[in-house]
Amino acid sequence: MSGAGIRIEGLRKRYGSGDTAVDALKQVDMSVAPGEVVGLIGPSGSGKSTLLKCLGAVIEPTAGRMMLGEHTIYDDGWRVRDLRALRRDRIGFVFQAPYLIPFLDVTDNVALPPMLAGVPNAEARRRALGLLDALEVRHRAAAMPAQLSGGEQQRVAIARGLVNRPPVILADEPTAPLDSARALAVIRILNEMARRYRTAVIVVTHDEKIIPTFARIYHIRDGVTQEERGEGRSIG
Amino acid sequence: MISLAARDIVHGWGKFVFTGVGLGLLIGVTLIMAGVYRGMVDDGKALLDNSGADLWVVQQDTLGPYAEPSSVRDDTWRRLRTTPGVARAANVTYLTMQLATSAGEVRAMVVGVPPGEIVAPGWPPFLVAGRHITRSHYEAVADLASGARLGDVLKIRRHRYTVVGLTRRMVSASGDPMVFIPLRDAQEAQFLKDNDAVRETRRRNAADPAFDRPGVPGLLAAIDEAQGANPWVNAVLVTLQPGASATDVAQAIRRWTRLTVYTRGSMEAILVGKLIATSARQIGMFLVILGVVSATIVAFIIYTLTMDKLREIAVLKLIGTRNRTIAAMILQQAIALGLIGLVTGRIAATWAAPAFPKYVLLVPQDTLAALCIVIAICVLASLVAIRIALAVDPAEAIGG
Ligand SMILES: Nc1ncnc2c1ncn2[C@@H]1O[C@H](COP(=O)(O)OP(=O)(O)O)[C@@H](O)[C@H]1O
Ligand SMILES: [Mg+2]
Repeated sequence: MSGAGIRIEGLRKRYGSGDTAVDALKQVDMSVAPGEVVGLIGPSGSGKSTLLKCLGAVIEPTAGRMMLGEHTIYDDGWRVRDLRALRRDRIGFVFQAPYLIPFLDVTDNVALPPMLAGVPNAEARRRALGLLDALEVRHRAAAMPAQLSGGEQQRVAIARGLVNRPPVILADEPTAPLDSARALAVIRILNEMARRYRTAVIVVTHDEKIIPTFARIYHIRDGVTQEERGEGRSIG
Repeated sequence: MISLAARDIVHGWGKFVFTGVGLGLLIGVTLIMAGVYRGMVDDGKALLDNSGADLWVVQQDTLGPYAEPSSVRDDTWRRLRTTPGVARAANVTYLTMQLATSAGEVRAMVVGVPPGEIVAPGWPPFLVAGRHITRSHYEAVADLASGARLGDVLKIRRHRYTVVGLTRRMVSASGDPMVFIPLRDAQEAQFLKDNDAVRETRRRNAADPAFDRPGVPGLLAAIDEAQGANPWVNAVLVTLQPGASATDVAQAIRRWTRLTVYTRGSMEAILVGKLIATSARQIGMFLVILGVVSATIVAFIIYTLTMDKLREIAVLKLIGTRNRTIAAMILQQAIALGLIGLVTGRIAATWAAPAFPKYVLLVPQDTLAALCIVIAICVLASLVAIRIALAVDPAEAIGG
């Protein structure tokens, strides 16, 4: 592992203060190796979204340590100055709904993160097309998001999450709107991509269909994580 | 980097074009209003230009002859003609009235000019058809805008006038077409009483013991004659000899006569600053209201478009879009909307201007001013939406 992937130690997050304070995360310890896909499972209100937001650098934890790749990004305080650039360059997001930008075609949706990072348009589109190819949606490259099926949209969203080659992908219930075959396809793709690009992937899910596919699972209850061995069932 | 604003506009072009066109019609109305004002100023200038005068000599302490009534004795011009520096001096009368043409009734400014002297100030500088008035009575030169044609007969008061010539863009300061008739007829038209009134005046004079002087034969007739005649005109128009200074000659005339003299510049100031000042303020008020309405529309549209995109904005922020980029997207859309509106408005105004009864003059400066104002309004209108967009928390993209 040698410092790459994701490592979280003793992470805590308290919303508010005084009487109304909510301790959403009390003791979170996790590690995800490069190329590994782990499941994060827990009942509603257990702190899954809060954890993703901390890792995604959109809310500030209260205490603990987070490392992405070789970088310590949080150690009782942010260790990176530009959180926006951190999100852009080092974290890929995949949401429950694909949240594609409706006014950009598929290629430019995927090419947007590199463009935002200052990569020339042509090069960004070349990278995007490469990923669309890998995700088998190259033939829809010129389509608008509204013209795609749910599964295609989710694959395009995964391509967008991967395009800047982030060491980390955070996926928030990425299979919720999909039927079982498509849900498994999305997980297979995430696994493939994780292996190919040495990406550490955290998949937050409730989805019974995909839980057996994880080799390792973190359960979270009342803000406390617990590691568990998963079935690691292979997907055909 | 690609232009997010342009992509959004192209994607949702229907929304943009329809609101842009709606806004454009408003801007078109605004440009027309400005054009109406410009037209009024231009009508005033045309009136002064076409009169050919360098100086206007009017009744003392009046703003005549266009902005206030003015009466000057009709023999004053003889004295003015001999003032050093004066080339020509000619009487003129102005009377705005309804008159009947073959095409129907029309509001016109009847101008009395001395016949025959075709280069006299007050005369139309050129005719588009026919000839000038040569007889002393019952001939007229009419502006095309009156609807009259050569050979038409116009009825002014009790008399009929044959149209012998036509002019173009000879209008009063309020845009009414001019009809030129011989000076004597015009003087009579201004004071003409009906026959009963004339008979009544004569009866009273005959019965008045003061006039009943058997030793002075002809007194009664002379009084009747004096009361029936009109020795007044509204102004004397003066042209200067080459090289003469308008202010010097005006000063000389003021010293010699008890009359007020206006130069071209001061006359223009009266027309623009006094005669049409109230109308101009009225139009200004409309412009302010239209500006506020346009600003509200742009603000509302941009606000709605932004509210529809909050989710996308959260996602854009989450994947690392700068606030600057998002603000620019909203601002550019607002400005694009304004530009669509301006282009539509200018086209609509150009297209509609000839349909207005009064002269509508669309000048490039007004379009340019409209451009600046529209852009300023769009920038202001997008501020609310930008504030909302910048307040969007990227964490919202991850959800609960
Ligand atoms: N912005 C917030 N302010 C206060 N409390 C919050 C906020 N967000 C989440 N919480 C609380 O933190 C706890 C964990 O929430 P969340 O991370 O959304 O759980 P999950 O995603 O697992 O359903 C819940 O009790 C929730 O009410
Ligand atoms: Mg949640």
